[in-house]
Amino acid sequence: MIAKQASRLTLFLLLAPAILWLGLLIVLPHVEILVLSFSERVAPRVYAFGFGNYLEFFTEPLYWRTFARTAFMSILVTALTLVLAFPIALYIARVAQGRLKAMLLLLCLLPFWVSELVRTLGWMILLRETGVISYALRSMGVASQPVELLYNDGAVILGLVYGGLLFMIVPLANALESLEPAVVEAGYDLGGSRWTVLRRIVIPHAMPGIVAGCIIVFMLTVGNFATPVLLGGKNGLWFTEQIYAQFITRFNWPQGAAFGMLLLLLSSAIVWLGLRLTGQSLGTTLKQA
Amino acid sequence: MASSTDLDIVNVTKRFGSHAAVDDVSFSVAPGEFFSILGPSGCGKTTLMRMIAGFEHPTSGDIRIRGQSMIGVPANKRPVNMVFQSLALFPMMSVGENVAYGLTCRGVSRAEADERASRMLERVGLKGFGSRRVTALSGGQRQRVAIARCLVLEPTLVLLDEPLGALDLKLREHMKIELKQLQGTFNTTFAYITHDQSEALVMSDRIAVMNQGRFEQVGSPRELYHNPATPFVASFVGETNRLQGEAAAASNGTIAVRLPSGAVVQGQGKGAAKALAFVRPEAVALAQDPASLSNLPNRFEGRVSAVLFDGAASSLLIDTTGFEQPVRAVLPQAGPLAGIQVGAPVHVGWTADAMKVFAA
Repeated sequence: MIAKQASRLTLFLLLAPAILWLGLLIVLPHVEILVLSFSERVAPRVYAFGFGNYLEFFTEPLYWRTFARTAFMSILVTALTLVLAFPIALYIARVAQGRLKAMLLLLCLLPFWVSELVRTLGWMILLRETGVISYALRSMGVASQPVELLYNDGAVILGLVYGGLLFMIVPLANALESLEPAVVEAGYDLGGSRWTVLRRIVIPHAMPGIVAGCIIVFMLTVGNFATPVLLGGKNGLWFTEQIYAQFITRFNWPQGAAFGMLLLLLSSAIVWLGLRLTGQSLGTTLKQA
Repeated sequence: MASSTDLDIVNVTKRFGSHAAVDDVSFSVAPGEFFSILGPSGCGKTTLMRMIAGFEHPTSGDIRIRGQSMIGVPANKRPVNMVFQSLALFPMMSVGENVAYGLTCRGVSRAEADERASRMLERVGLKGFGSRRVTALSGGQRQRVAIARCLVLEPTLVLLDEPLGALDLKLREHMKIELKQLQGTFNTTFAYITHDQSEALVMSDRIAVMNQGRFEQVGSPRELYHNPATPFVASFVGETNRLQGEAAAASNGTIAVRLPSGAVVQGQGKGAAKALAFVRPEAVALAQDPASLSNLPNRFEGRVSAVLFDGAASSLLIDTTGFEQPVRAVLPQAGPLAGIQVGAPVHVGWTADAMKVFAA
């Protein structure tokens, strides 16, 4: 009896940090935001329960269009990151050995030792009108006047892919590492071309890693703030900017809270849809990741 | 061009740095033959097999399949299929997809590939298993899928890289017979590599014994067992008693070997100043009465030091005067010596032609 109680106490103590962390930092703020998002201002300093903040999102084209643009560009960024990361991960997992493998992973990790802001500023130094690339193009005679490479969708996508690459490479390399070399050899031995082996053996094996990487990169991209703002400028039009504007510029917390909830729900829905469309389940991904 | 052999290995050498993993090996395999390469791990047999499959490239020499040189032909274009040590079934595919994979790679339509795969599964005794996951199969079933996956492509040659290694003893014994029967019914040429001499002896038509990158001897299982060409073959194939000494006088076909203790044994073969002599445990005759061994040129007395009971493969270790190592002899299954105990005195003897002598 006492032993049972003691073991219960131990269990509780072991779980306590996780419960506190989840409860105080994740669940509580979200509940707060959720409650806040349902309060409408009916008169100065008078609030009532209502769905007005949510309706605002659907009735005002600027908001849902910004969201649609953010979601579409995030999907594009995720796809580009996957295409870029796959050969890198394949090389790290299957070709590189020992020290080289560790070196390459470290090289991927290195940019993340500085803050996102500094990394983005680095891109600005390269891309701006008076920047390195513009100068190089002019001195080579390719361009006759300074070229502005910043403040367009291309710059935003570039910055976001760069920021997401590591989060794609690590789960991919992990998944590819567990692929038995003999299975790949068997794929060739039975007559498969490189493309057949990649399509029918390597990619299906790496699927849990692909799914995990895509979810991480998509969620990070959708919720990114600094990169679209700095590299896109006024043309950034990222949904997080709308949330920021409601909270900070307009001081309309309920509206900002509703946008925050919508971002969470809609991006989760996109992930769910993506999983359904590719026939993957989150359960098997988590089990194998 | 018609060729009377399925596989010709011509002076093949493979070097890794300065180390020759395969050193000037030549052999031919006839159509429908079950050919084994037997050797200890690290002898180069896996490298040799991977060169035939196309995963490694010989430093020099030629590999010909039905007379066609395979140098420069990639693995996926060779009429050779391999059963891997780990089997390497595709876990992301069903049993049927595994078997149909090679056919679809060749451009056979999906429907026909499925049809041929299910017929092949039926022939290896896996009817109706097509839609199962490979992970849901037993060891023996996985084995059959791995073989079916190769045979469905009707290759000139099937390579088998110790595929029975992962199975438990009982299943391994069973699969040995099954593999042999499968090879017979499909009449496909098999090249099998193993370090297990019993696998090689039971299944093969011919065996090559490989050591340190070279072939020591190529021959039928019986030839290897009864007439080993080198001391390595004599000691690697089958159980044997190994004696070291100096060659003494030779007369009418027999040669005498003097052991360090001064004891002399009579055998057949060639010996130089230093000689190695081998005698099989089943060639060692046992008797309680020395008179019954009187017609044998090698007669010694000893004492049983251990009884190694293993059913039909039981043996005795006999501490014999004049021998550094105990002599191993087969435990008689019947007769007065069947119940012999440790410590019992016993007389041992063998004929001169049962003892093979080599120059060391």
